[in-house]
This record gives sequence, structure tokens and C-alpha cells, in this order.
Amino acid sequence: MRCLLSTVAESIHEPVKPSISISLTKLLIDGKFVDAASGKRFPTIDPRTEEVIAHVAEGDEEDVNRAVKAACKAFDKGPWPKMTAYERSKILIRFADLIDEHSDEIATLESLDSGKPYEQSRNIEVPMVARLFRYYAGWADKIHGLTVPADGAYSVQTLHEPIGVAGQIIPWNFPLLMFAWKVGPALACGNTIVLKTAEQTPLSALLAGKLLHDAGLPEGVLNIVSGFGPTAGAAIASHMDIDKLAFTGSTEVGKIVSRAAAESNLKPVTLELGGKSPFIITEDSDIDQAVELSHFALFFNQGQCCCAGSRTYVHESIYDEFLEKAKARALKRVVGDPFQNGVEQGPQISDEQFHKIMGYIKKGQEEGAKLVTGGERFGRKGYYIKPTIFADVQDEMTILKEEIFGPVQSITKYKTIPEVIQRANASPYGLAAGVFTKNIDTANTLSRALRVGTVWVNCFDVFDAAIPFGGYKMSGHGREKGVYSLNNYLQVKAVVTSIKDPAWL
Amino acid sequence: MAMLRAATRLSRAFRTNSIFESHASPLSLSSVKRLDLRCLLSTAAEAVAEPIKPDISISLTKLLIDGKFVDAASGKTFPTIDPRTEEIIAHVAEGDVEDVNRAVKAARRAFDKGPWPKMTPYERSKILLRFADLIDKHSDELATLESLDSGKTYQQSRYAEIPTMARLFRYYAGWADKIHGLTVPADGPHSVQILHEPIGVAGQIIPWNFPLLMFSWKVGPALACGNTIVLKTAEQTPLSALLAGKLLYEAGLPEGVLNIISGYGHTAGAAISSHMDIDKLAFTGSTEVGKIVSQAAAASNLKPVTLELGGKSPFIIAEDANIDHAVEVAHFALFFNQGQCCCAGSRTFVHESIYDEFLEKAKARALKRVVGDPFQNGVEQGPQVSDEQFDKVLGYIKIGQEEGARLLTGGDRFGQKGYYIKPTIFADVQDGMRISREEIFGPVQAITKYKTLSEVIQRANDTTYGLAAGVFSKNIDTVNTLSRALRVGTVWVNCYDVFDAAIPFGGYKMSGHGREKGIYSLNNYLQVKAVVTSIKDPAWL
Repeated sequence: MRCLLSTVAESIHEPVKPSISISLTKLLIDGKFVDAASGKRFPTIDPRTEEVIAHVAEGDEEDVNRAVKAACKAFDKGPWPKMTAYERSKILIRFADLIDEHSDEIATLESLDSGKPYEQSRNIEVPMVARLFRYYAGWADKIHGLTVPADGAYSVQTLHEPIGVAGQIIPWNFPLLMFAWKVGPALACGNTIVLKTAEQTPLSALLAGKLLHDAGLPEGVLNIVSGFGPTAGAAIASHMDIDKLAFTGSTEVGKIVSRAAAESNLKPVTLELGGKSPFIITEDSDIDQAVELSHFALFFNQGQCCCAGSRTYVHESIYDEFLEKAKARALKRVVGDPFQNGVEQGPQISDEQFHKIMGYIKKGQEEGAKLVTGGERFGRKGYYIKPTIFADVQDEMTILKEEIFGPVQSITKYKTIPEVIQRANASPYGLAAGVFTKNIDTANTLSRALRVGTVWVNCFDVFDAAIPFGGYKMSGHGREKGVYSLNNYLQVKAVVTSIKDPAWL
Repeated sequence: MAMLRAATRLSRAFRTNSIFESHASPLSLSSVKRLDLRCLLSTAAEAVAEPIKPDISISLTKLLIDGKFVDAASGKTFPTIDPRTEEIIAHVAEGDVEDVNRAVKAARRAFDKGPWPKMTPYERSKILLRFADLIDKHSDELATLESLDSGKTYQQSRYAEIPTMARLFRYYAGWADKIHGLTVPADGPHSVQILHEPIGVAGQIIPWNFPLLMFSWKVGPALACGNTIVLKTAEQTPLSALLAGKLLYEAGLPEGVLNIISGYGHTAGAAISSHMDIDKLAFTGSTEVGKIVSQAAAASNLKPVTLELGGKSPFIIAEDANIDHAVEVAHFALFFNQGQCCCAGSRTFVHESIYDEFLEKAKARALKRVVGDPFQNGVEQGPQVSDEQFDKVLGYIKIGQEEGARLLTGGDRFGQKGYYIKPTIFADVQDGMRISREEIFGPVQAITKYKTLSEVIQRANDTTYGLAAGVFSKNIDTVNTLSRALRVGTVWVNCYDVFDAAIPFGGYKMSGHGREKGIYSLNNYLQVKAVVTSIKDPAWL
């Protein structure tokens, strides 16, 4: 492993050149790839080399307006919401088949733009994108309203109708999965979409958008605007003709888009924001397994997960052994070019994120946390950071309170279950939690007590299409995935009809 | 072409809420073509004498057990008959008790040890989706077998039923990964979750009137839920299901998950109903046989039974109805599929104020109905399925005349060969007459007059059946009153025979138990397990 690590380190100097040409760099509006109205473009950067991959059309307010106009037309006049649900589902299934067919290309774009290991993109994330679209294809014709009892001679039915034009803003850590979580349910329900990708990772969604149109999506149903938050994102959040907003990103920006939505047309908002998720390891745990899983829970995707298990609570009786083994595991973590087989960790997404994380590492040391391993840059080029562990982290330290979004594990000690419940919940976040125990009472007590949207018991980051995901408190509003996500994209209409001489009520 | 129209309409019915929404244009088109249709009728009559030879060779005639096509243990075969010619199409392996035992053993093993229930629902759904694609790909062949064996028109098989079959499998593929249990509140420190588990080995017995659609209604939800199956087809129509079974295995179904036994009710059917290792029984057929299988299920291992049985469905036409439209829908409701529908609108209740005009137009429409070789384009009505059915239907026509109903048109055989019957209408049918009380299952429309809404409700409900009803009215109060008052499993308002995958179907009273299609059908193939766990120091209850 040591050997591999150095091999990998060397390879950073000469990055693998993936075989791909970047052909889609324009905005996707009304079924066509078009330049930005301003003609402006922005560079998207390879985080391995800090060099420009491509220049991408930079959408702004005027482009958002065009996209919304196309989406409104597609919703109000277009065939999409008037199609049978079966027709819609067949388009989504064909799209899933196209994803499978183009998975090498999609995965390459995804890893090139984001720095995540190609093996992760190709063998996990892209198949999950196909899986999510097959899942929501299946929902299209299963959106049931209710017939409702009434206190008088009324026949009552609820119609679950598409909400209209959905504005969707997605982040850079899982560009295609976030595309799937947002676009899948919105399309299944018959909506049209204006989607803004993250400026760090605009490429893969454009290919996905093209494939969706190849699968038969009518013009204007999905519009993709590449660009920045303060311009394109703000235009979407405050647009008067967008009926619904879904945002995934930081809590800070979540507040901004939420205010803009409220101030403009009061569009309902789904938010999937930051987290500081506890990973609790009880005294009865198998330590080796706990070490491996908590390592995965934090370091997966370069630590760039909103639900990263970033507060590792270890019972005092096993704390020392756990620390030693966690350190050994981190040292074995293979960092390097994400296009090289066997690499577990690529670079962070951007210069900005790289510096932010290095800043938190500095702060951790200043505030007195014990640096167990890592703590610095890896290599000389690209946004690589060594897997880093802090021990003896105290609750009031910045690194245990704020979202770092990088490969920095913070380990802390606890004594009792009530204590760890109180400490785990003492956070403005409430996205997820990991519970590691063989004791069923402990598992059940923690499952109910933790104020979070997902509790993973003896597992972590299980992201099935059918399992809802979302946060308590300032981790967000609403749930995505599963049957729950449909509610985000449906209006409920009660149709109450007076009836004569009913046989029963 | 009237038949093409009916087929188009039917397929539209599977896609939209009402078959007759876009009725106006095809109807006016048909009035232009009236003369042509007359021509066609005689052409069709001749065609009966020299039946079209469909381009197909019958290769699958064995039982499908444990993923292999095998002979019956007894070595016996039975003939399946072309109802156009009364001649043998093929000899098919005749399953009996021993074959059912082998099939159950295979299904049991596939369920208890096999990969099927242990696969992820996503894997199961992908197999069902692949099967749907294969149905599309082989739709000509499937439709040919279906029409050859049953006598239904090829255009109906090819353009309405086979696409609906693919549609049903895509629908249930989508359910496979959406079977949710509940978490349940408790009165104390208990965590309660409900697991919806596959029920095990399902025994399924299907009829001859829609062999492949009934295959889909039964097999789709059972497989989506993770069960294994022993299916018995009707002895009149064993062929198409064997091809469907082969295609399901091509799509990736593991061995033993679907076993198909061709054979007779009193032997193979009885063996399934009373088998101790079958966990669930689903039967579609007559009320008479429904009682028998239900008794056998109860007497053996008390397996739960879903029944989809006979009907005598009222079709009620209110005074405000558009008469031409009502005539057309009422005609379709009864005559579709040679009248061989459990939900046929076989009691046509017409308001007295429009009765005479309705009768005249219904007769004109029946006279225009194109009867002939089902493989000929434009034919609306083929032969009845069998000699036995043919005689039974003609017997009812005789009884109708003897009991004093007024024969408006038809009433006898069509042509000299094959089980063809002329579209027949009785008027002034009284409630006590047998043709108004018993299921005829043939092209015989019984029309009767009514005065008031409360009267027609009482009369429509005065039956041992309760499968479906048609309501034809523009008056919202009439529609809503009837919708609630009729004791039936489906009310079609200003439409009929709309059979979307998502719409549940089944009967009140002696028309059956349970519902098929839609989300409701999943319940037939799931067990519900409550897992109650004591919990300590819960944060909330």
C-alpha cells in the first residue's frame, strides 16, 4: 500500500488523459444547445491539474428567462403533461437504457469535472442514475389521489396534479446523482424544468440532457442553464413564473434561495443542505468493522458529502484501540489520480474548497485538537489533501460544529447513551447519523432519539432509490427520493361534488 | 373499418379515461363507409368457408415445468380446436395431478431456495421490463396464436390485447420496488414495522376469453411481489401462454418461477385448488367453478382465494343521453369479444322516453356488425370459442324466444362451419326471464325499458352478480347517484371496457372476491407481517 501510495503520488505529475472530447458546452434551452445571450463563457477546471477542461456558456438572467419561457410553453401548451403517464414512463425507461449505453462517456465527464474516482463514477454512480430513472419511470403511472369521506352528501376526490415549472439548482459533489434526484421525480409527475448545474461541474448534465431528448423528451421540458449562483441561480430562485424550487447546496445559500422564493412568488421550496452527521460507535461494536465503516462514512467522495459522518463518537472503553486503527486505515487510503484504478481518493473539487479545508485543519490545530495523521496537501499540483484525522475533539471546537466538506475525520469520546444523544443532537444540522452496535435496545433508542432525516444502523451511505433522504433543522426541508419526492412536484386538488340521494356516505 | 375502429378505440381505452372521448370523428367516418361495410359483411361470410391460413407453426405444446418444456407424466395429449373450422390446431400435453405435483415442487424449490424472492426488486423489475420488450418484439406471433386458438379477431389481439399485455408487465415491473409496508404507532414502548412479504407459491387458473390478458393480470403482480407460480390455462386456449412463458424465461426468469400446466379443470385445476403446498389461489372463470375451487381451497389448506367470476352487468341509458352515442357504446359493451366478457353489458336498460328510437338504432348497428374470419381485416366478430359455448349460447336464444322476449335480429348460426353466431338482440326483456338473469357469454343483447332512476337502481342491483355497470348520462346528479348506488366493482360512466393497468377490477356478490390490476392486486400476492420490537427509553411514541 505504501508502495502504491507513492506510485500514485508520482502519477499526479503526469495525469492520465481520459479519452474524451468535450462537445457539449452550451446551454440547453427549448431542446436546443444555444450560446448564452451575453455570449459569455466560463472555464471549468480539472481539479487534478488546475487546468481548464473547457469553456462553457455562462447563463444569466436573460438565459433563465428564455429557459422559463420554454418550460412554461412546454407545460401549458406542450404534449408533456397531456401525455399518458405510460408514455412518460417509457421515455424515462429509454433514457435509463441510454445511460447504460453511454456510461463510460458519462462517467469520464463526471470524474474529469469533479475529481472523483472513475471507478466510483462508472460502477456506482452512473448505474444509480439509471436505476433512479427506472424507479421514477415506474411511479409515473402510480400517482394515486384519494377518494375522501365527507360529512354530507358530497363526492370528494383529490387529484394529484403536476405543479408546473420546477426550478432546480444542483451542487457539484454528485452532479449526475443530484440531476437524477431532481429531474426523475419532476418528470415522472409531468412537470417541466429549468435546471442550474454547479459552475464547478457543468459538463455531465449537458450530456444527460442530450440523452433525455434522444429518448423522446419533448422540447422545452428540461432546460439546463450552466452558470453561477448569484446570477443564474438568483434568477431562478426569484422568478415569478417558476412554480416550485428545489435546491441542494450549503445551508448559507439555502437561506438565500429560500428568501428569494418567498419574496418573489412564494414558490414552495425543497432544500437539501449541509450536515454535521454523528457516527456513534458503542462499546459492544466489532472495532475493525466500525473503523472501516466510519472511515468510509467520512472519507467517501473526498469527504464531500452533505451527510458525511463528520463527528465520530467512540465509546470510551474502545477509544484508544479505535484511534490507533482509524489512523492506520487513513494512512492506507490510496490518494491519487482518479482515473487510475485502485485509487480511493482524488482531489477536492476546487481551489476554493481546497483552501477552505486547509483553513479548517489549521483551526483544528489552533483550537487544540490532536492531529493524528494527515493535515496537509498531497503532492504539488491539483487539489489533493492527505486523509486527516483529529482526535480528542471537543464539542465547542469549530471543526466539530461546522461543515468541513473534506477528508477530515473528527473523533471524540463519550461515556453514556444519554450523553451521546444530547451531544449528537446539539447541532443546527440534522441530516443523517450512523449507529454502530449489536445491541438492539441501543439501536432502537438511538434511532428514535436522533433528530436527523436518516439513521444508518450498522451501515452508512445506503442510497437506494426508494429510501427518502433529507434533513431536520437547518439541514433542509422536505425529502427527496422514494415516494416522498413525488410530493415535491405535485399539487393536490380536492374536487368536491354535491351529490343527490347517495346510497351511502 | 369498424373493427379497426373498435380496436383503436379499445387501445385508446387502455390509455385514456374514456374510450369514446374522441368518438365523434370515427363515428362520422363510419357513416361514410356504411356501404363498404355491407360489402365486407358478405365477403366475410364467404371467408368463413375458406379460412385464412395464418403463417405460424405451432412449436410449443408441452407443459412448462421448472424452466423446461416437458411431456405430461401420463404421456396424454388433448386437441385444441380452431373455432373457425372446428378442426384441430395441435395436440397439447395434458397435465394432471402428477404434473401439478411436479410443478408445485419446482415452484416450491424456486421460492424456498431459488434466487427469485432473494433478488432485489430492481432485478425482478428489470426481468419484467425485458419481458415486456420481448412481447412487443413477438407481438405478431403472440397475436396470431391468440386469435387462432380463441377465434377473436387478429386486429383486436395484435393492436389492443398484446400491447396491453406489455403495458401490464411494465406497470407491475414498476411496482416491484415500490411495495411499502407501514411503520405503525403503538400504545407503549414498541417499534412496529410491517413487512409485506411474498405469499409463496401461487396457483393461478385462467380462462379462455382473454388468455394472454388473464395471464398478465395473474402473473404480473405475482412475479412483481416475488412469488412463484403454477398456472393452469384453459383447455380451449393453451397455446399463447406457452409462448409467453418461453419469452419470460428468455427475459431472465429463474427456473421454476413460472410453471404452466395445460389441461382440464376437473383434473389439473382441481389438483391446484386442493394442493397442500400452494399458498394462494387465483381463479378467473365461471361462478359455478369459482364455488368449486373455493371449496377445494378451503377443504385442503385454507389457502386464500381471489375470484373473478361471472356477471350480468347493467348498462343504463338515461333519458338525456345522446342516443347514437349510447347505441354505439352499448353495442360495444355487449358484443366486444363475441360477447365473451365477464363484464359484458348484458342487461341494457333504456329509459322509456328514448326506448323505441334506441331499439331501432341498436338493431341497425347489430345488422352492420361484420362477422367473419377473425384473420380478415375489418371483421368485428369471429366465432365463439367452442362447440360447447356455441350450443349454450344458441340454447339461451331459444329460451329467450320461448319465454316471450322479442327477437329483434339475429338468433341463429352464421355460416355453415365454425362456431359463428349472428349478432342477436332481444327487446322487451323482462327481469324474470332467464336471459336477463343468467350469463349467456355470447353475442346476445337483452334490452329492457325503465321509467325512474330508483326503479332502475333496484332492478340493476337485483342480481346475484355485481361485476360492472355502464352509466350513460350527461346529468351529473344521475351519474353520481348511480355510481354510488350500483353494487358492482366497476362503474363506467359514458364509456365501457376501459381496462387500464392501474384500474382495479373485480366483483361484488357472486362475481368474485378481491380485485385484480392496479395497486389492489398486490395485496393478493403479499403476506403482511407485523414486527413488534420492545424498545428502551424511546424519545417519542
